[in-house]
Amino acid sequence: MTTGTAPRDAAENDVVIVGGGIAGQAVAERLREYGHTGSITILAREHRAPYDRVRLSALLEGVDADDLRLRPGSWYDDHEVALRLGVTVDAIDRAGHAVVTPGGERIPYGRLVLAIGSEAMVPPIAGSDKGNVFVFRTPEDCEGILAAARGARRVCVLGGGLLGLEAARGIVAHGIPTTVVHLTDRLMERQLDAPSARMLTDRMAGLDVEVLLDRSTQEVLGNGVVQGLRFADGETLECDVLVISAGIRPNAELARVAGLDCNRAVLVDDTLTTSDPAVLAVGECAEHRGVVYGLVAPIFDQAKVAAATIVGTAVGPYMGSVPSAALKVMGIDLVAAGDPLADGGVALVDPERGVYRRLVVTNGRATGAILMGDTTGAEALLSLVARSAEVADPLEALAEAARSDVAALSDDTQICSCNGVSKGEITCAIRERGLKAPSEVQAVTRAGTGCGSCKPLVAKLVETETGESSSEPAYLCPCRMLTREEVADTIRSGGLRAASDVGEACGAGRDCAACKPAVSYLVSLINANRHDEERQARFINDRVHANIQRDGTFSVVPRIYGGVTSPDELRRIADVAERYDVAMVKITGGQRIDLLGVRKDQLPDIWRDLGMPSGHAYAKAVRTVKTCVGTDFCRFGIGDAIGLGIEIEKAWEGIHTPHKVKSAVSGCPRNCAESLVKDIGIVAVEGGWEILIGGAAGANVRRGDLLATVANGEAVLSVTSTFLQYYRENADYLERTYAFVERIGIDEIRRAVLDEQSGEPAALRERFALAKAAVGDPWKDAVAAPDGAFSDLGDDPEPALVGPPADGLMVGRDR
Amino acid sequence: MSADITRLVAVGRVEDVPINEGKTVSVGGRAIALFHTETGFRAIAAACPHRGGPLADGLVGGGVVICPLHGWRIDLSCGEVVAGGEGSVPVYPVVERDGWLYLEVGA
Repeated sequence: MTTGTAPRDAAENDVVIVGGGIAGQAVAERLREYGHTGSITILAREHRAPYDRVRLSALLEGVDADDLRLRPGSWYDDHEVALRLGVTVDAIDRAGHAVVTPGGERIPYGRLVLAIGSEAMVPPIAGSDKGNVFVFRTPEDCEGILAAARGARRVCVLGGGLLGLEAARGIVAHGIPTTVVHLTDRLMERQLDAPSARMLTDRMAGLDVEVLLDRSTQEVLGNGVVQGLRFADGETLECDVLVISAGIRPNAELARVAGLDCNRAVLVDDTLTTSDPAVLAVGECAEHRGVVYGLVAPIFDQAKVAAATIVGTAVGPYMGSVPSAALKVMGIDLVAAGDPLADGGVALVDPERGVYRRLVVTNGRATGAILMGDTTGAEALLSLVARSAEVADPLEALAEAARSDVAALSDDTQICSCNGVSKGEITCAIRERGLKAPSEVQAVTRAGTGCGSCKPLVAKLVETETGESSSEPAYLCPCRMLTREEVADTIRSGGLRAASDVGEACGAGRDCAACKPAVSYLVSLINANRHDEERQARFINDRVHANIQRDGTFSVVPRIYGGVTSPDELRRIADVAERYDVAMVKITGGQRIDLLGVRKDQLPDIWRDLGMPSGHAYAKAVRTVKTCVGTDFCRFGIGDAIGLGIEIEKAWEGIHTPHKVKSAVSGCPRNCAESLVKDIGIVAVEGGWEILIGGAAGANVRRGDLLATVANGEAVLSVTSTFLQYYRENADYLERTYAFVERIGIDEIRRAVLDEQSGEPAALRERFALAKAAVGDPWKDAVAAPDGAFSDLGDDPEPALVGPPADGLMVGRDR
Repeated sequence: MSADITRLVAVGRVEDVPINEGKTVSVGGRAIALFHTETGFRAIAAACPHRGGPLADGLVGGGVVICPLHGWRIDLSCGEVVAGGEGSVPVYPVVERDGWLYLEVGA
């Protein structure tokens, strides 16, 4: 590689990347991957390390900005990449081979990569400079939007493209009325055709996002702060917050001023080189063959070619990318690629299920695809489009994609769109580096580390390549690579009774404390609760029997069996709330009462005054058994839900489990207690009860699998307790029943829990009874004999001793 | 903590902080978390640099405390965040004498 002019202060292979976004990070990663030996410096304008801007809307839904980081801090050290945050570049001295900061610092380069991205475009609308008008580009924008939206009557999102819809979804999730205002007659008009856009509009409405199409916004109304919008037809819409997501404007000024050829963005050739051979450009600031790409997938293609250009590795010229987009809105699966607007091709439409699958074929070649509601085989179809593959029978191609098998995908098929990782790269990594587990593939290739939707495919690839099931051992102690079974064997064979004994014996919990709670659980399980309890090995919640809150205070949820309380209990709860100045009294989703904002040292006194047992709302344990009013009062009830619920809750009270267990008993199939989405759900049907397991309605929604239908409450208690013990003994720590049931399979669980001939169910029940017999009430115990868990050391203690430490004192650090 | 005059403040007895536990103490307006590790006592600022979580309530092992709120890990010897994010917290020397624990706080 010749760079034309001789470098001055930097060696030819010293690379400076301006821009700390996805593009800059990708170039740095590819450079090291291709064996670049020179220095790499990333100059990032933002004061945060490179993060996944594609997932920005996740911040609106409560994800921490740090979770979006592309690489941990150690990566930059390990790969000798100098990451300089908060550094703006305002000039390029091309003759001097250096970039210049506003402070006058000159940073020399051998090769310069511009990855300076774009700004949010704000259309010239009168009043768009008012308060509470935001763009949607950075974590700070998200913070501003959320703060302003709190208590807002309506938030408007201007622009119904990918980002705008994701932003709207993130805002409406907070229960704030949200309207998307879109200029044209269909959402995502560059990615969707009319039928799929209509379907998307309906789906957004189903998520409570109102969509207004064909609205040209003329003015932002309001006195200093946005109060509404006025459209071209004179109509107005009230709103307190406006989020503008109307496209991007490439950052080209820096290059333009430096005399590089620019059009809309910096012009690059097929090697991603600008009009200066020492300067390359990648991502949203680059224009290649007349196209500026605003989506993430092309950035990865470009980063590969740019890095190869610098290193001198041949990866072939950059011929442009087929744009593809995936909408990251929970509950809507949508992938679109290529040109969806051309006529031709075929579409499968199932309005009932909200499914639309179209393959666009132009002149016998695949040129576009839209998959909505069912994205099965998206990788295969996207691959056809990316290669402009010949398609003789479009209908057959669609059908084939629906059956798509990962083994049949071509090597250049993109598996991880977030990080631009192809099937070939994954299989190559598996073969050449002998990878055996999906997590290893993730660490090496980054596939699956973004939105995570491709993880199942990665696992299948590992399975296909290694010929082994990729079910990687879930290590209880990742430091020592010990599985649950190995640790359990250690406990059994050594007759160990304390978590610290396990540490001594096999090291679990000694290198780091993360697995101590899992070890503690296992010790208690195997000793049927006759173990030696060690506070230090428990998570804080289990040390103080209360749930830690974001400000370090705790919540107190007393046991209210089946959700049935009494005036006397309510009076005591009210008295306690007043006496201890409890910050909030709240009814929980599980039909209990939560006292929030309690200090650690107040806990034992509150428990004493309540005189009620612990609700275990803080523990990995059986939580609540929710009930409907059943036959007691309900005119529809066919089973005594309250009676059975209370009986079950008493039978399970105090039993600890690998993860929390929520249950419900409903007195008829109307399911007012929501039994279908509980870990263990019970529903009265004519002539008996149905038992469902593995339901969920949290981050995942899953309808429970039917375990059995039994005749009476006694059988319900027997079967569910048997399952509970089976789950206690066989699930990994922190594995919820919904994951457990899917991993083991309902047939295997039925065999273990229902096949009385085998003797196994009876043995499970016996071990359950043994464990239950040793259970006490942690609150009562703590009131009777308070331990040191609730106290801290005093404030400003005396006496104070002045002077340097005398000889012979042991200083903690050196001991 | 290399001030010419240092102040030793008695903050409690050795047995007040059981092995692998932490306790919060306030000294001159500074909230400090005191830990009893397997290699001795350590003291760092009480609040996690992430969201101010109470570090004294964290799990302790391998010379590291895990913040109970979001799992950031902080090295008890140097105060550096070793996992979760980036940052550090101040470290205070601990002196043990006659069963008493003293914190060394700059004058």
